[in-house]
Amino acid sequence: MADLSVNICGVDFKNPVIPASGVFGYGREYEELFPLSKLGGIATKGTTLHLRTGNLAPRIAETPAGMLNSVGLQNPGIDHFIESELPNLLTKDLVVLANIAGATPEECAEVAAKLDETDVHMIELNISCPNVKQGGAAFGTRCDMAEEVTKKVRAATKKPLVVKLSPNVTSITEIAKAVEAAGADAVSLINTLLGMRIDINTGRPILRNNVGGMSGPAVFPIAVRMVWQVANAVGIPVIGMGGVSSGRDAIELMMAGASAVQVGAAIFTDPYAPVKIIDEMNDWLDSKGIASVKDIIGTVKPW
Amino acid sequence: MKYTQGNYIISSKQAIARQIYSFEISCPEVASIAQPGQFVHIRANGFTLRRPISIGGIDKEKGTLRIIFEIRGEGTEQIARLNQGDLIDMLAPLGHGFTVDTNYKKVVLIGGGIGTPPMLPLAKIYGSTATMISGFRNAAATILQDDFAAAGAKTILCTDDGSAGIHGFVTEPFKELAEQGGIDAVYACGPMPMLKNIAAICKEKGIFCQISLEERMACGIGACLGCACRTKRNDEEYFAHVCKDGPVFNAEEVLW
Repeated sequence: MADLSVNICGVDFKNPVIPASGVFGYGREYEELFPLSKLGGIATKGTTLHLRTGNLAPRIAETPAGMLNSVGLQNPGIDHFIESELPNLLTKDLVVLANIAGATPEECAEVAAKLDETDVHMIELNISCPNVKQGGAAFGTRCDMAEEVTKKVRAATKKPLVVKLSPNVTSITEIAKAVEAAGADAVSLINTLLGMRIDINTGRPILRNNVGGMSGPAVFPIAVRMVWQVANAVGIPVIGMGGVSSGRDAIELMMAGASAVQVGAAIFTDPYAPVKIIDEMNDWLDSKGIASVKDIIGTVKPW
Repeated sequence: MKYTQGNYIISSKQAIARQIYSFEISCPEVASIAQPGQFVHIRANGFTLRRPISIGGIDKEKGTLRIIFEIRGEGTEQIARLNQGDLIDMLAPLGHGFTVDTNYKKVVLIGGGIGTPPMLPLAKIYGSTATMISGFRNAAATILQDDFAAAGAKTILCTDDGSAGIHGFVTEPFKELAEQGGIDAVYACGPMPMLKNIAAICKEKGIFCQISLEERMACGIGACLGCACRTKRNDEEYFAHVCKDGPVFNAEEVLW
């Protein structure tokens, strides 16, 4: 048994595998299949100040080796999360990363301030949702706005703050450096890539929102590249995600510089994917005689 | 256990019409808890998203489920390549099924095209109290009429082109039945315009009506919120989810 534990911003994870925000809800549905305590952590569904109904359907489309989604941050609002979902999650022996979003920096800060008074372990600030018209991706694609929203949220909470970055930018390292300077304790990346599919028989986009976020194995090489670039550009930990669907993928992303990995679309293909990834990582480490998963973080030897 | 995921043996496979296949799947733990109106979420090799397919038969004694599906795209084509003896990866049983009341004296089941299979488990339960109205494009696309008759249901067949049964849509014979009165419940699955028309007739006549919807889906269990459906609950508009709140909804809840 290899040591799979990692520490990010002072928070101990028993293993580095975390279901990504938006895929896993607040954990209840997957708890029917396996105990949440097997996971290193959970990134909860992106939650805003008030309830959001989300976008019209269809919200989902298949793509080669992946998918598009445009859920539009449907969520019950932060008060409901704190009252009805967080207490349950805090009993499950895993790290809870509360993913938050908002239309303005002030709204994000207000949500963070409410979480600051709870026992949640970490806050993951989504500045990169491609599916909402205001805020969301707009914060994540400009350095000055990314810095402003991070500063406001930083001022509202002492919780470890992870800022989730958009890949839909010219230079993700510039954004990463901006949020680091603004007080982020870690960054997570990549959120989905903006994509589109058209039904050629009707001439209509498949998604009712026309465009949506692309994820799945097809985006994995982009995630590896961006995690590697960002890990080399900032001094804070990087949580990697984007198309991870096996233990080998998780190891690869950690070699690129990730201190932990989030798993998204792979869970739709196989609901047990996060649990299998943990087992596969352990088997690989054992087969290589590597005692701790920490020993592979950022060990890629670039040419 | 509400649902589980596993690999199950396909105990028989039949092609029952052009591009339409029937699988019998040996899955005792799923069959023992499956309800009419629920669905199974099937992994298609090489695809990220599973394919939701309604349950067309539940045999608790044999421990089998039956699914009947049409090749609609690459994913269902991949599933259709599976053969008897192969393993099929299912997350099942999922969703909220039909409300069944064996005290009902007269029920009407309505299926349009590949919306007919989920009516079959209801026909098995209701037997001769059920009238099954099926609609298809043409005679060649017609499926399951013998199965409904064997279950004891009266069958009314409609085709769009008149090549079998009544020339026209299922709403015509249904209107006549609704006029006669005495219907305790209507259950329907099929294209949205058909469901909308049936729901309107039921509303006018004050008949309890449940419909089964479909939507593009990812997780299948209510976590990802992908399969939104506009509904009304307690007079408030609410995006329900076809996978968990449905696929069966009371028709009056759905905002068309």
